[in-house]
Amino acid sequence: MRSPDWRRDRRHDRLRATRERRWRTPGEGPQPSPALLVALVLACLTLMTLDQAGDGSPLDPARRAAGEVFGPVEVAADTAVRPFTEVSGWFRSRNSMQDDLIALQAENSRLKSDLATQGYNRNRLEEYDGLTAAARSLGYDLVPARVVGLGPSQSFSSTVTIDAGSDAGIHPDLTVVNNDGLVGRVLRVTRSTATVLLIVDADSVVGGRVGESMEVGFLHGRGVLGNDGRLDLELVDQTAVPAKHDAVVTWGSEAGGPYVSGVPVGRVTSVYSSLRESSQRAVIDPFVDFGTLDLVGVVVPSGTPSDRAVIESSGGLR
Amino acid sequence: MNVVRAAAAAAAVGIAVVLQVSVFPHLAWDGIVPDLCLLVVVGAALTRGAQFAVVLGFGAGVVLDLAPPADHVAGRWALALVLVGYVAGRVRQEARPSAGTVVATVAASSFVGTSVFALSGLLLDDPALGVPQLLEVIVVALLWDLLLTPLVLPAVMAVFRRLEPDRSLA
Repeated sequence: MRSPDWRRDRRHDRLRATRERRWRTPGEGPQPSPALLVALVLACLTLMTLDQAGDGSPLDPARRAAGEVFGPVEVAADTAVRPFTEVSGWFRSRNSMQDDLIALQAENSRLKSDLATQGYNRNRLEEYDGLTAAARSLGYDLVPARVVGLGPSQSFSSTVTIDAGSDAGIHPDLTVVNNDGLVGRVLRVTRSTATVLLIVDADSVVGGRVGESMEVGFLHGRGVLGNDGRLDLELVDQTAVPAKHDAVVTWGSEAGGPYVSGVPVGRVTSVYSSLRESSQRAVIDPFVDFGTLDLVGVVVPSGTPSDRAVIESSGGLR
Repeated sequence: MNVVRAAAAAAAVGIAVVLQVSVFPHLAWDGIVPDLCLLVVVGAALTRGAQFAVVLGFGAGVVLDLAPPADHVAGRWALALVLVGYVAGRVRQEARPSAGTVVATVAASSFVGTSVFALSGLLLDDPALGVPQLLEVIVVALLWDLLLTPLVLPAVMAVFRRLEPDRSLA
């Protein structure tokens, strides 16, 4: 009576024992030799140390080489998926269009009232701008480009790849804008692509000017990309208090680099004072929606040779 | 065979990087995309063991660090993915891992990888970000990786297994 059951139990026990042994010593295959692991970790640390050195990192040629290889592939991949990403736009429901209509009407009426109350200020601002001899801000051309790659948020840096490079007349430290306002500046270029640092990046600092009061300050990115992507404005004059809804434009620097002057950046949403740093801080909501960034323009000096049609300051194409 | 294997691994990493940078941002949540490179490294670790996975992790990390539009200090993703290869390689079994094991390994690896990257950033002061933001990114990236696991890992593991049929039969 006991023989078949007993044998089956024995076999069952042995099976379970092997399974447990297998479970207890996982990865019976090739475990990494400690020397290999240590060597790889040290290699990573070496890379970090080399790259941390600051300007003119020894890894720049390697970055450039990687860009020359991956840039065209990113452009091709983006071209391949573009038809599919644009399909979603055709299937927008009537409801969402109605919502858009209501939002646009509200914005329109708000803009009309802004225009009525702030015409005087605006005229005065234009006079100032003319007086401060922003001759440099005239006569810039725009090289159009599309965003073909977006750095993942897991990397905690807000950078994008655009499909225009040194062949299109682009070099580092040029201003990048779109229809809505300031986007960022060019960090490095390859022949066919360029890497752009967005103004919402935590490392980005832009000289800003409050349009109403002409106060200058510095705009720091917060490193958040989505709908709550914001900038912090720190004014140089600690007694100046920017009002809510004031527009902030770029301040511009010598020879128009890295940021040209007078590009709209965003609107003040809230102001708070910090006792510790004895300065006023304002939170700026950027005009540009960085989550859906697509067509951008790179500001180049007029007459720059380029491989594509350039939008001239007069509005024409060259 | 060795050359074929290296070429296949390089191709898998290259495709993962391009998809992660150019295609998935259209679907991203607040700019957070699935870590396809990490999934490739985990797939390699589960089929071929930690020895192969740490080397592949280093290569994939260096590519992620250098390919545009990356701008962080190079070597950070490399370090994170080397450790991911090691961790995922520890749970490798001789038999085919069950679906539950794969999902658990991906979850652990994603958490380890993104956390190591974020911590190295805090140490180097590369992005001056707060801990709550880092945690949010880590959690969302983990969910993305789990979502993509059933779509990506079977294919990756099949490729790596086919490249070495003798071990897959064991």
